[in-house]
Amino acid sequence: MSEPDLILDMNALVGGYGGNDILKGASLTVRRNEIVVIVGPNGAGKSTLMKSAFGLVKIRQGSVTFEGEDITNMRPDLVVRRGMSYVPQEKNVFPSMTVQENLEMGGYLRKRGIAEKMDHIFQIFPRLKERRKQAAGSMSGGERQMVAMGRALMLDPTLILMDEPTAGLSPLFIEQTFDRIIEVNKLGISVLMVEQNAKQALEIAHRGYVLAMGRNRHEDTGAGLLGNQEIAEMFLGG
Amino acid sequence: MDFTDLLQLVVYGMVLGSILTLGAIGVSLLFGILRFSNFAHGDIMTFGAYTAFVVISVFHGPVWLALPVGMIGGALISIIADQLVYRHLRRTQPVILLISSFGMALIIRSIIQLIWGTQDKSLVKGIQMPMHFGDIAVRPDHIWIFGGCVGIVIAVHLFLTYTRMGKAMRAMSDNMDLARVTGIDAEKVIICTWALGGALAAAAGVFLALDTRLTPMMGWSALLPIFAAAILGGFGKPYGAIVGGMVIGIVSELSTAVMPPAYKPAIAFTVMVIMLIVKPNGLLGARR
Repeated sequence: MSEPDLILDMNALVGGYGGNDILKGASLTVRRNEIVVIVGPNGAGKSTLMKSAFGLVKIRQGSVTFEGEDITNMRPDLVVRRGMSYVPQEKNVFPSMTVQENLEMGGYLRKRGIAEKMDHIFQIFPRLKERRKQAAGSMSGGERQMVAMGRALMLDPTLILMDEPTAGLSPLFIEQTFDRIIEVNKLGISVLMVEQNAKQALEIAHRGYVLAMGRNRHEDTGAGLLGNQEIAEMFLGG
Repeated sequence: MDFTDLLQLVVYGMVLGSILTLGAIGVSLLFGILRFSNFAHGDIMTFGAYTAFVVISVFHGPVWLALPVGMIGGALISIIADQLVYRHLRRTQPVILLISSFGMALIIRSIIQLIWGTQDKSLVKGIQMPMHFGDIAVRPDHIWIFGGCVGIVIAVHLFLTYTRMGKAMRAMSDNMDLARVTGIDAEKVIICTWALGGALAAAAGVFLALDTRLTPMMGWSALLPIFAAAILGGFGKPYGAIVGGMVIGIVSELSTAVMPPAYKPAIAFTVMVIMLIVKPNGLLGARR
């Protein structure tokens, strides 16, 4: 823990949802301004590892440290207050509420500056501004993903967690979503994401983790993992 | 039975419907957020009406003051019930909550009978002369009840649309898990929802007592048409409850033109069953 840039440190986590441990000693770190991607086969525990940073998984052993503070098994609404946002894979908007209301909910804990922050988010996602009176539930998958990201940005997080942000999107939207993630990262926000589109995700990632059977399998820079023959064959589809 | 009689029944139906609407909005809000049907809702109505009765009988206060006091009573008993019982059952199956709300209904009704006795009472004494609009007779009470309900429904609408807490309630009802990870304090929203639902139930109780009489069973007997109204509008959709309440109210009253009034709850139930068969998600329910 001597690295000053270390913001998230997940150390040897063992845990899961019920009686079964999905994580069997997985570790992960995120440094300031980094994009970190978790890839791996289905059932490897990728989403579980990420959710365990957010108090959504019961951790039995190991620790999660965020900005120097122990947040192991902390309640999600308290983790949010500390500057970490989470974008779930599905059901990541409030469907009956308008785009604007969704963003307002993202800023629920903000005392002031909600309008300014929303303007800022509309600059990143101009499409949301056009549609701000529309119910989020009536939008396309790609647009909903923008609403979800916008919502997560309302509190000026230092770290944003994204669970398969491109799942179910068309190739065009996948490209756009990755572009937005780069843009968000340029604002000084660290990104930790789980991705099925591993190749594209690793292309924009600073570092990546390959997870298998709830344990770390490989850890390298994005480019390093992309260039690794063994990993390419096993997980990246040739 | 001519057109004027039918119109007269529609007027009665609108009064009954507006009372049912207040009850159904509360049931719907609570279901949307807590995912269980609160069987104690009718008895919260009764409790609110009796609280209002104290203002009138003991302190000789006016009805317009008794209404908000009754609403506070309804809100308080709901919060107490939540904190004493339901809070400990947050993570259990809905059926367990449903059964415990049935128990809570009996407890509240017994408390009412212990304090106020089992005899019928009337909220306001004296006979009111109806006003005539053409051939339609309307009691001044009915105008107050209908106007009061409309005012309260508008206030609830503004609350849900424009306030931070109102929006948080809608967010919780939309997606509880997302609301939690967004940083919304779920427990606080739940308590506020109980307060709102309880206050609306109490208002419905006061209006029902104004329309008829104050009895310990009044809320319990209103529960079935209230649930019918909530289901008709789409359970968990407060705006659907308005439509549902009006339809059930008017259909129930119209039915008295062709069959004995004792069948009113059966009519409400029939409408509900037909709705569940034809469009299970209710008039305003989302398609799934």
